[in-house]
Amino acid sequence: MTLSLLFYIISTLTIGSALLVVLNRNAVYSAVLLVFTFFNLSILYLLLEAYFLAVLEIIIYAGAIMVLFLFVIMLFNVGKEQVLPKIMSFQRAVSLFLLVIFFTGVSLFTIQGVQDLHQPAGSASIGNVTAIGEALFSKYLFPFEIASILLLVALIGTVYLAKRKI
Amino acid sequence: MDLIDFIIICIKVVLVFAATMLAVMGMIYAERRISAFIQNRLGPNRVGPKGLFQPLADGLKFLMKEDIIPTAVNKPLYLLAPAMLLIPALMTFAVIPFGSSLTLFGRQISLQVANINIGVLYILALTSVGVYGIVLAGWSSNSKYPLLGGLRSSAQLISYELSMGLAIVAIVLMTGSLRLNDIVSSQQGHLFSWYVFKQPLAFLIFLIAVYAETNRLPFDLAEAEQELVGGYHTEYSSMKFAMFFMAEYANMITAAAFTVTLFFGGWDIPFVDEAAMGNWGALLSGIAFILKTAFFLFLYIWVRWTFPRFRYDQLMNLGWKVMLPLALLNIFITGGILTIIS
Repeated sequence: MTLSLLFYIISTLTIGSALLVVLNRNAVYSAVLLVFTFFNLSILYLLLEAYFLAVLEIIIYAGAIMVLFLFVIMLFNVGKEQVLPKIMSFQRAVSLFLLVIFFTGVSLFTIQGVQDLHQPAGSASIGNVTAIGEALFSKYLFPFEIASILLLVALIGTVYLAKRKI
Repeated sequence: MDLIDFIIICIKVVLVFAATMLAVMGMIYAERRISAFIQNRLGPNRVGPKGLFQPLADGLKFLMKEDIIPTAVNKPLYLLAPAMLLIPALMTFAVIPFGSSLTLFGRQISLQVANINIGVLYILALTSVGVYGIVLAGWSSNSKYPLLGGLRSSAQLISYELSMGLAIVAIVLMTGSLRLNDIVSSQQGHLFSWYVFKQPLAFLIFLIAVYAETNRLPFDLAEAEQELVGGYHTEYSSMKFAMFFMAEYANMITAAAFTVTLFFGGWDIPFVDEAAMGNWGALLSGIAFILKTAFFLFLYIWVRWTFPRFRYDQLMNLGWKVMLPLALLNIFITGGILTIIS
């Protein structure tokens, strides 16, 4: 009962702040609001009893990635938004179309009776450290290693681009 | 969970909050007195017996001062930044166990606010979030020195967080759990089961990283007075400045408590079985925890007046080229030895 109430409050906050991220004119405000969204998301994870995922959400997205984003936005000192030269009517039409499809899908799912969206799915151990660790190092070992190589490539690429003369 | 459990949790939350604030006040007094002692001065000794009420006088002064908001600042973020720093600083203590368990009226009460299975990660998450307060304070002040201070501080926090996390990984490998209670209980028994003896390298890396994380000398480049006026809080006055101050001290207290928990057995008294002594054991373990934490808080002040400040490139070199490889090496060694033993 209390949890359901909390779920509705937090999801409203999540959606609201996520919308504000997009609608806001100031890039720094958008970044801060996005951090707020991540916090709300992590509370949603907590409600699903996925404590590990909740903390990872904060450590990785709020604690690492968004800090770097904020750095870039602040140092470029993005001032007044640049008005786009012409109204992109084509893109607008496409985005409107996609939006309608998306919300139709979401509402169809909702109507079909997924009522307990905020309940833990199946076993409670899904979001736990042990379960995730075991899954990563047995079932998903190959994709996991591929992802690490991908990150390494990105890292080397960054160093190469930033420091041509080493 | 019934009503009484709920009330117990509320009491613990209030108690820990009050204790942290009291410790902040005590730490401010201790810092001034011990600094004075090291410099062969007297220090504040007029307000109350031995100057003990000095922090209260300081606090009152902060409240009475005029609250100036410079015209050029970005107002919403400028007002938000102190809170964004203080809230995580006060939240972090929640997972640290400060004693074994009490038994009152047939109810077992563990001396810890939240016994969660990812305690270590919780602390790491909150320390990484603390950066926002500093960055935003520096940026929203719309002034050169705060911006420089904010940037320095956040670069430093991000760099040293890595080594700190990796040093903790070695402990987690040995315990096999991210729960702080398990880490404490695995260090019980005799003195040499404390992780400081089993993991000396990890302890050294962790200690250095903690000094950088809390912006203390010799790593206080974020507020290097000679270069940056005051760093990220230059433009702040009155109670907002005090909030930065409190956050800094609260962070130090939590960091000291976290060091004790990870490496010095937490509330453990060596060669003593606290559980067998019942409530007296809980009380003694609480006192042991406070004494150990107080020692590390004293170490902060001692180090402050012993080492000069690092230059910025030295700081970054130390973080990335010395501490990070050493921390990685330590994980490999620990992992290797654990594999051989098992």
